[in-house]
Amino acid sequence: MSTATRERPPETDTGSAPERVRTPIPRWAMAFAVVAVWVVIWYFTKGRDTLVLPGREHTELHNSLTQFRDSVIAGRDSNVFMQITTVIADGLRAGVDWLQRMLSIPNLPRPVPEIGWLGVAAIATWVGYAIATWRIAILVGASFLSFGLLGFWQDSIDLLIITLVAVTVAVIIGLPLAVWIGTSKWANTALSSVLDLMQTMPTFVYLLPIVLFFGIGASGAVVATLIYALPPLIRIAGHGIRSVSPTTIEATDSAGQSAWQRLTKVQLPMARKTIIVGLNQTTMAALSMATIASFVDGPGLGQPVLDGLKINDVGTAFVPGLLIVVLAVMLDRTTTAASERAENLARSGGGNVKRRRLVLAIAGVAALALVYASRYFAWAAEFPELSFGSKLASASDKATTWVTDTFGGFTAGLKDEITFSLLNPLESLLADSPWWLAGSAIAAIAFVVGGRRALTPTLICLTGIYFLDLWHDAMITLTMTLVATVMVMILAVVFGVWMARSRRMDLALRPLLDAGQTIPPFVYLIPVLALFEPTRFTAIVAGVIYAGPAAIKLVADGVKAVSPTTIEASRSSGATTWQEITKVQLPMSRSSLVLATNQGLLYVLAMAVIGGMVGAGALGYDVVLGFSRSEEWGKGMAAGATIVLLGIMLDRIARAAAASDR
Amino acid sequence: MRIRSTRFGRMGAVAACAALVLSSCGGSSIEKQTKQNEDKAAAAGGECGELNMAINPWVGYEADAYVVGAVAESELGCTVTYKDLKEDVSWQGFGTGEVDVVIEDWGHPALEQTFFEGSGDGTATDLGPTGNVGIIGWYVPPWLAKAHPDILDYKNLNKYADEFATSESGGKGQFLGSDPSYVQFDEAIVSNLDLNFKVVFSGSEAASIEAFQKAEAKKEFLIGYFYEPQWLFADLPLEKVALPPYSEDCPVAPAKVACDYAETVLKKIGSTEWADSDSTAVDLVKNFEWTNEDQNVVAKYISEDKMDPEDAAKKWVAENPDKVDAWLS
Repeated sequence: MSTATRERPPETDTGSAPERVRTPIPRWAMAFAVVAVWVVIWYFTKGRDTLVLPGREHTELHNSLTQFRDSVIAGRDSNVFMQITTVIADGLRAGVDWLQRMLSIPNLPRPVPEIGWLGVAAIATWVGYAIATWRIAILVGASFLSFGLLGFWQDSIDLLIITLVAVTVAVIIGLPLAVWIGTSKWANTALSSVLDLMQTMPTFVYLLPIVLFFGIGASGAVVATLIYALPPLIRIAGHGIRSVSPTTIEATDSAGQSAWQRLTKVQLPMARKTIIVGLNQTTMAALSMATIASFVDGPGLGQPVLDGLKINDVGTAFVPGLLIVVLAVMLDRTTTAASERAENLARSGGGNVKRRRLVLAIAGVAALALVYASRYFAWAAEFPELSFGSKLASASDKATTWVTDTFGGFTAGLKDEITFSLLNPLESLLADSPWWLAGSAIAAIAFVVGGRRALTPTLICLTGIYFLDLWHDAMITLTMTLVATVMVMILAVVFGVWMARSRRMDLALRPLLDAGQTIPPFVYLIPVLALFEPTRFTAIVAGVIYAGPAAIKLVADGVKAVSPTTIEASRSSGATTWQEITKVQLPMSRSSLVLATNQGLLYVLAMAVIGGMVGAGALGYDVVLGFSRSEEWGKGMAAGATIVLLGIMLDRIARAAAASDR
Repeated sequence: MRIRSTRFGRMGAVAACAALVLSSCGGSSIEKQTKQNEDKAAAAGGECGELNMAINPWVGYEADAYVVGAVAESELGCTVTYKDLKEDVSWQGFGTGEVDVVIEDWGHPALEQTFFEGSGDGTATDLGPTGNVGIIGWYVPPWLAKAHPDILDYKNLNKYADEFATSESGGKGQFLGSDPSYVQFDEAIVSNLDLNFKVVFSGSEAASIEAFQKAEAKKEFLIGYFYEPQWLFADLPLEKVALPPYSEDCPVAPAKVACDYAETVLKKIGSTEWADSDSTAVDLVKNFEWTNEDQNVVAKYISEDKMDPEDAAKKWVAENPDKVDAWLS
């Protein structure tokens, strides 16, 4: 769940596509021909040179990677780099600890934190009003209340602290880098592949090294969160700075400004909205690391989620998982509203400033009074223990049991149907082909759909995968990724078009999609397992749940953006609804469909590791194995690198296909 | 931009006021408890100090850890910190002082080589057995053992291979491998005993448990890697399939294994620095020993009765004063 390229701004987007030039042989026919030849050769060669490596075996290369790790551990006292990281880690730990003692854990000898729940909630609500609107203030207040009502006050505040610290550090590191890639083309190219790596490398691979350098607990958790959460800010903010209109820059340049003035007076203010979008995405990415961070004793809601997994209890994991969603929705809506407000203020100067100031001051005094109360009275300091949380837990448990009992037979049938008719044949073609056959076939298909622009990266990635010694596992993971992406795109087109055409559907589905995107996969792992058993199909379902929402939203927004005049025109020419969708809306929103497919692929691939935990085996299993058993670290590392290469390969093919499609 | 900066200025001023107010007050019952805590801290003295207990992710481990922790807190006045960590991370923590004790170790030769005195850097040290014995092996759900008793001998497994086939096993019988954290030779055993099975890894303990529970409820064929002590046995007593018994003569090389798993003596591992310190908790950890039944009781409180691990431990400690006293002598 930990890796994906979020909301990468589309490379090229020209809205209406020009008339297509007819090529002598259509590309789909050529791709079909490649597959046909592949199947014929496969029939005669299958089972040969498949490079299978049994689940618990490793190669020389994996061993040497493990030895490298061991030598780093052995030299940890004399390593200069490590002395620096230790200082950083101490700083992070002290900062988080101070915030915790202020807000969430007893500041001994006090039996409670310096500011009790009522005070914290009051301050947060006030801040919500100060930076956004009273509606947001209500949302923030209600969210904080729900933390306490459901019995997870301390864990929620801890997660908030870790997230805020990680995001703060991300801004300190990320903004200068964003400015750099926004103003220098060279930097953009150089950093772009590093960012790709940070986003697609499974977290489990670098979790152990991070612990080695930054220690257990809050410091390790913040750094792990940071690595995953940093790229969206750099990418999106950099994109914003780069796309400030050149005319504006020229106009102000002619007034004789310095580069610094240009940056601070023109580029940054004009890109403010995009920068905040980047900040928003970074915050969401940070939250999605909550459960992973608790594998290294990071404080927060991830720990109770994992506790539920330990005793196979859906209810125990569900409530804290739900609160992570609440936290995500709260932060998302607040940052969005704050950016809108800042935009309005910059344009019109805001409404009645005097009145607002007065309200703010009064509310501030009230908040301070509550803070005072929360230091003095026990009831305001410690959230009273209530039974809502456990009631909700057992209700969700019962609901899940009912669902799995009622639909278990149907879902098992569905699993068998899709596995035998689609998954197994495709896997046999990819993984039972000799490596040289599968490799050439993939390269040929890449060339057919994306031309030379796709061929070069494909060849580089395939070579890398070959040398990492996990070819067979890579092909199995690739199969699952492709099948899951097809399912994601079917859902995305059906629900995306539905949402674009019906406002009510849109309103009803959005919150569900938000929840699907932010709820930790560990929460729904057990029910999905109950429905589909530990199989590759379970992993595919988990991938679809995670990737579906993003793809559906992208398609919905794309279809919505189709100009109403075009639709009017088609309607007046007497087109049926079906024709309107298939001949106008979908073709016109092709660039969003391509973007959705691309994002869907990467999101699905990001779930490969979770897939390894529910019976899918292959690369995901290898990564978890490397994280779990010291002697297999090298194999896990190699598997992580293979996942990165698969991701980059699929991404480049999809982008090249989209580009040559115009 | 102007509006923004004044707003931030205002927030800063408010924050300053807040700090003033905060520094000048205390509270009735809160104040009382603060006093109590101060007195307690003064009385406790430095004999035990802090105890950093790693919590590896399974319920049996939690049972051991919280029972020892409860005794350390109540009898020795230690400040116990529990840290949720996987095994590898815990061992790394010995050297940095972040972890003092791993209370239930199922055998990690590679980690021992890296961290024990002699072969490694000497940051970790063996603190003796916990008294629990791990029985790893091949298990089937109880209904299956009852319906087909001959299945409990590996020689008859091929007869049933078709029944064990699933969508994942490519026509052979499916053997459900487990969480990658555990020592597993099943791929080798299957091939060396000429069994018509394919090992499919569930990938996590949760997935294996879910599979066994479902197989029992739906009366489905399932065979897989499992182990005792484990809380699942309280409501689902899995039956062990006999493999060629383990002996000293069994091949050691992982690829050659053709017999059952050896019984595992579970042991306690500590940070060398902590074990050499004069903390009174060192002797408690060294003396701690109990039986599989004891652990199962606490594990059941946690998993079945959904008790908080700390409460579960306190309950067991209150019910078993004799055993606890033996650790403290």
